[in-house]
Amino acid sequence: MSDLNRLTIAAARDALRKGELTSVELTGACLGAIAGAGVLNAFVHPTPELAMTQAEGADHRIKAGMAPDLCGIPLGVKDLFCTKGVLSQAGSNILKGFRPEYESTVTAQLFRDGAVMLGKLNMDEFAMGSSNETSCYGNVVNPWKVDGRNLTPGGSSGGSAAAVAADLCLGATGTDTGGSIRQPAAFTGIVGIKPTYGRCSRWGIVAFASSLDQAGPMTKDVRDAAIMLRAMSGHDPKDSTSADLAVPDFEAALTGDIRGKTIGIPKEYRMDGMPEEIELLWSEGTAMLRDAGARIVDISLPHTKYALPAYYVIAPAEASSNLARYDGVRFGHRAKLAQGDGITEMYEKTRAEGFGPEVQRRVMIGTYVLSAGFYDAYYNRARKVRALIKRDFDQAFEAGVDAILTPATPSAAFGLGEMADADPVQMYLNDVFTVTVNLAGLPGVAVPTGLDRQGLPLGLQLIGRPWDEAELLNVAYTLERAAGFVAKPDKWW
Amino acid sequence: MSIDIETARRVAKLARIRVDEAALPGLAQEFSAIMGFIEQLNEVDVEGVEPMTSVTPMRLKRRADVVTDGNQQAAVLANAPDAREGFFAVPKVVE
Repeated sequence: MSDLNRLTIAAARDALRKGELTSVELTGACLGAIAGAGVLNAFVHPTPELAMTQAEGADHRIKAGMAPDLCGIPLGVKDLFCTKGVLSQAGSNILKGFRPEYESTVTAQLFRDGAVMLGKLNMDEFAMGSSNETSCYGNVVNPWKVDGRNLTPGGSSGGSAAAVAADLCLGATGTDTGGSIRQPAAFTGIVGIKPTYGRCSRWGIVAFASSLDQAGPMTKDVRDAAIMLRAMSGHDPKDSTSADLAVPDFEAALTGDIRGKTIGIPKEYRMDGMPEEIELLWSEGTAMLRDAGARIVDISLPHTKYALPAYYVIAPAEASSNLARYDGVRFGHRAKLAQGDGITEMYEKTRAEGFGPEVQRRVMIGTYVLSAGFYDAYYNRARKVRALIKRDFDQAFEAGVDAILTPATPSAAFGLGEMADADPVQMYLNDVFTVTVNLAGLPGVAVPTGLDRQGLPLGLQLIGRPWDEAELLNVAYTLERAAGFVAKPDKWW
Repeated sequence: MSIDIETARRVAKLARIRVDEAALPGLAQEFSAIMGFIEQLNEVDVEGVEPMTSVTPMRLKRRADVVTDGNQQAAVLANAPDAREGFFAVPKVVE
């Protein structure tokens, strides 16, 4: 077999079990691909020795029979996950040199199943960004290229998206606070699912906004997302918000039969100035689901337009609290102090040097909305609007809607640096279709369904009922099969 | 809503982030743009609405109030920028 790194997780699993290839061979192919893709800047801390040791162990397990689905599968891990003994910096200079003494629950579960870690993946600093341009490691470059420009892979899980799209790994972990799995998945033509809030443990994942953060898989197709999500999910006593619910076999739910299911099309997602191509993609996707036997209904989610402003109160508020721990005392960077500097100077200089501009901005906005006199006007009001956004979805589901179809992003990938002079709010608009899902805690998946006129991938988003990722993935699988998206970026790197 | 330079300075201080005096006007302007965007929330009638607390009604797990972990001094201090004699070291806090 050639180009082993191009395999899907499911194909590699089956070939490993049949003895047609070994994890060592598969891992070697991925490490070779990573070594040749430095220009994409996706893998920032490769772990080739660890990967080969894990691959050898996985090969023994597979030979012995009864190995889990992910046994021997080489994956990339977003830098936001704490991995024992391996640099975990959340894309930030303030965590420079940080090697956790512990393993995040999600990566521990992946390793329990025999997955191989190829290394840590680039991301926006503290997952704050939509273009992977806020990272302390520099920009990630999208493997998709249509002209002289380098394009963004999206963010914050930009390294994960680029690595999967460029076949540097078979799948990758991402995290999603406002769209950070789904937007980069759409920009790179791959699948990404943010599960229901509480499905995956947050323990050991560097916190951004705790009531919104969720981990999820980023993969080459829906089947792989189902396989990987099952391994990542489950109750964890170390995360009090993780749900004590059984984890279904998501892959077994992929029947491709959605006859009689009801798909809602929310009118509020038809925005002014939305490119015609996105509009067309959406109506084509709607037709595909109708042709597959689903009933299509128009629905209304009236508070949609308030989701982004509510998010930009709640997320920075939680971030300002979570990021208070970076004070130069227990881990990470500490500024060099001048003669006579005390503890306050140490905090202020450390945080000014360690945090990049976008993180500083959000920490300060969060500080402001939580400050005395503004707490009710901003923070509590935003939390109430959040309840109304969730109620919109609850009412749609109560009326019999099984899943909701929307565009994943308002545009295809844009050029790196093109938004440099824009006001921060312009960048925030990237998450306009995805952020509602985080606020309501629902599962959402981005599926690539077409190319735009320039030849760049575009994706649609499906939103499901809470805890019903199985049904959601089945609708996504049906859409994926109908769309038949198989395009890959031409290798130029 | 317009954020003035004095407010930007106060917020930076509260957030314990040193901001150069020269950077304050730009920062205030960015805050004003973001807060202007957030102002839209005032259009929403939130009378009688309870803030959202969870996706599905769920009681937080409880456990016995006992020590579950510990005796890991070396691991706890391993990443400290300055650790001495089993403690985190910081500049003088009280005169």
